[in-house]
Amino acid sequence: MSLYEQLRHFADSYALVAIFVIFLGLCAWPFRPGARTHNHNAAHSIFKDQDDGE
Amino acid sequence: MQAEAALFRAGLWFAVLILAIAAAAVAKDAAYAAHAGIIAGVALLLLTMSAGRFDPLGKAQGFFRMPEEPSRYDDDPVRWGVIATMFWGMVGLLAGVFIALQLAYPALNFEPYLTFGRARPLHTSAVIFAFGGNALIATSFYVVQRTCRTQLAFPALARFVFWGYQLFIVLAASGYLLGVTQSREYAEPEWYVDIWLTIVWVAYAAVFIGTIVRRHEPHIYVANWFYLAFILTIAMLHIVNNLAVPVSFLGSRSYSAFAGVQDALTQWWYGHNAVGFFLTAGFLAMMYYFVPKQAERPVYSYRLSIIHFWSLIFLYIWAGPHHLHYTALPDWAQTLGMVFSVVLWMPSWGGMINGLMTLNGAWDKVRTDPIIRMMVVALAFYGMATFEGPMLSIKAVNSLSHYTDWTIGHVHAGALGWNGLITFAAVYYLVPRLWKRDRMYSLRMINWHFWLATIGIVFYAASMWVAGITQGLMWREYGPDGYLVNSFVDTVAALHPMYLMRAFGGILYLIGAGVMTYNVWMTLAGRLRSEAPMSDATYDPAADRPILATAIREPQA
Amino acid sequence: MSTHSNLPGERRMVVEPTEVRVPVTGHKRLERNVSLLALGTLIAVSIGGIVEIAPLFWIDNTIEKVEGMRPYTPLEQAGRDIYVREGCYLCHSQMIRPFRDEVERYGHYSLAAESMYDHPFQWGSKRTGPDLARVGGRYSDEWHVQHLKDPQSVVPESVMPQYSFLADTDIDTDAEATLRALQRVGVPYSDRDVSLASHDLRAQASIDLDAGDLTERYPKAQVRDFDGDPERLTEMDALVAYLQMLGTLVDFDSAAPLEELAEEKGR
Repeated sequence: MSLYEQLRHFADSYALVAIFVIFLGLCAWPFRPGARTHNHNAAHSIFKDQDDGE
Repeated sequence: MQAEAALFRAGLWFAVLILAIAAAAVAKDAAYAAHAGIIAGVALLLLTMSAGRFDPLGKAQGFFRMPEEPSRYDDDPVRWGVIATMFWGMVGLLAGVFIALQLAYPALNFEPYLTFGRARPLHTSAVIFAFGGNALIATSFYVVQRTCRTQLAFPALARFVFWGYQLFIVLAASGYLLGVTQSREYAEPEWYVDIWLTIVWVAYAAVFIGTIVRRHEPHIYVANWFYLAFILTIAMLHIVNNLAVPVSFLGSRSYSAFAGVQDALTQWWYGHNAVGFFLTAGFLAMMYYFVPKQAERPVYSYRLSIIHFWSLIFLYIWAGPHHLHYTALPDWAQTLGMVFSVVLWMPSWGGMINGLMTLNGAWDKVRTDPIIRMMVVALAFYGMATFEGPMLSIKAVNSLSHYTDWTIGHVHAGALGWNGLITFAAVYYLVPRLWKRDRMYSLRMINWHFWLATIGIVFYAASMWVAGITQGLMWREYGPDGYLVNSFVDTVAALHPMYLMRAFGGILYLIGAGVMTYNVWMTLAGRLRSEAPMSDATYDPAADRPILATAIREPQA
Repeated sequence: MSTHSNLPGERRMVVEPTEVRVPVTGHKRLERNVSLLALGTLIAVSIGGIVEIAPLFWIDNTIEKVEGMRPYTPLEQAGRDIYVREGCYLCHSQMIRPFRDEVERYGHYSLAAESMYDHPFQWGSKRTGPDLARVGGRYSDEWHVQHLKDPQSVVPESVMPQYSFLADTDIDTDAEATLRALQRVGVPYSDRDVSLASHDLRAQASIDLDAGDLTERYPKAQVRDFDGDPERLTEMDALVAYLQMLGTLVDFDSAAPLEELAEEKGR
């Protein structure tokens, strides 16, 4: 079986669905509620220190 | 001790000087000798600087009114970077207008040095690497210090990065006019200039990463991810794409390590990701710092920026083959390139949405603050160009658009609209802060610059769309007799009016940049223009009432 | 520059207690560790290039040879170097796409093997002027010389720059070193080709010098004075010699390449 056929079988199987689910999971990951404060703090970090050496 | 160090430094530069003169003397070609001469000149300057009390840098810092008092951050390289950005921006835009006029009036080609073939790389390199590159180096040094709350890691190395990069630009630009080129678009400099850039780039990475390592902030801010991806990926692309064997170590010519199909894909893997990482990731980093700062609001969604970052850098690398549709590149590679280019639309718009939505609740600033307006239009052009790009990479569309001016129009919508405007906005943000002025010399001039640039881009993009589609359709036009209707030169003649319109758009954009240069210059001089405020609508109590439906329906008296 | 200690910015930021207690996991680790972030970035940007570029070095139709292809003669290579130097590729492609109009206008569509000795490739990306992949033999030498000296005198609407200096410039190239460098990047020049390079360079554009077995080592090489000035070996000779051989090596009317064409996959 050639590499192409192996990949073809892989792509035609449920593996494709699994990969897609993993992809959605990765996209959803930053949006989980536990990360809210962390992201809020990170986004505001550039304003924390009003003295920018100016 | 200090005298010994100075003696050592002077000796070092003397050795470089002797080597450069020797290289010039035995060079195999005139261009290589000229480049060795440039290096000898630089070495001589540095020799005099380290041997005597001659301090042109200090004088120049006085000339540009750079503040001297110790600052919390190390901003000298940033100030130099801003000046270099302005200077090379004018050079690059002027070269662009010049070659645009050459295409309309071929008499403007002055052989052998100022023909279109030699001046065009000068334009592309000057705007991408000199203007864009200096803007990226300057802003990255500024942003990484603020977001990490620490000074630059290796101050001496940071200065080497700046001046070394200028030497790279001078060698590259003079080389093009002398006919030194590898013919790899956007990677034209020859092997020895490539080696020099590699050294400078490694130093740049060391300064940037070193500063992040010594940060006083646990979190690495999102702008720094994009700068990091830009620095690392450009290093990888630059090294692989420039693998070549020199004909002689005393000559400028070299031959690519790859041939034909492999060479073509390597080049466009590089070429497209010079767009993806130099002109996109790096400038998105600028966007992620300067847009929130100028709007005084945090970035719209930090979570979106995480997804958008990883998907953007992962997907961009695949998109190169769309420059080679229907060529001898294997079909599967073309299809992969097309699919990934189309998918790339999503993370690109993720960045645009994240930037635009940062203004949520502050949209009134678009009206009152010309810098914000510039940023918003830059993001709008980014969104437009990253929609047009995936569309042009669809094979059916590409069969028409490839080899035509449509591609040129697309690139300039992105370069003038996105890269240009976001850089101008960042410079307008930086100059008063770096030179410790209250504000720019004139806000109204920023407004003028904005409109000149925007209208210039519209002329440019519109004329190139028409030119590209016209040419593409004329090439494939068949008459009822079954023969091709147009000879090639018919299609050249048909484009003349469009080329004039394009040059006009470019001139507008150049004038805008000229207004900016004047504005920056006066700000450096410490002047403030007394001018009427930008929005001078006075409060009118009679007008301050809700519009009622009945009032609208009322017939006119 | 100022010293780095004792500056207000150098004091450690007061870390909020909540941040200390929260365990750093997942993506947050990347956001706090520049080595991990750099590593992740490098992995993400490597995959696409490896999957797309690496196979081109071993799949058949990008490395197979087509009957008739040979390395450039020293004179043609010198012309090619001038073509590169002057940035001709910025306005002229050398890649005919498989469309009816392009094939009728320029000739048979380009094969991968036709640029197998091209270091670097010259496919181009823009046609301000026409494709040149098969321009060889379409015009006379005199036409090319006149056109290069003053394009508008032959094609009034042309926007091409003038290159009259090529006719006044003697070739200044080290043909042996050139061939040796190309040998190093994989072009199959024999050692005899390399040692004869300088002679070949002059003989191909000369009516006096004996070209020897030049046309046996380089089949279909055209030996004549190209620039109309037999006294001198100019850059015009080299560039016209290069233009006149473009696309002439593979004979698309004979059966052999057509068979190979049929086998060429992925088009």
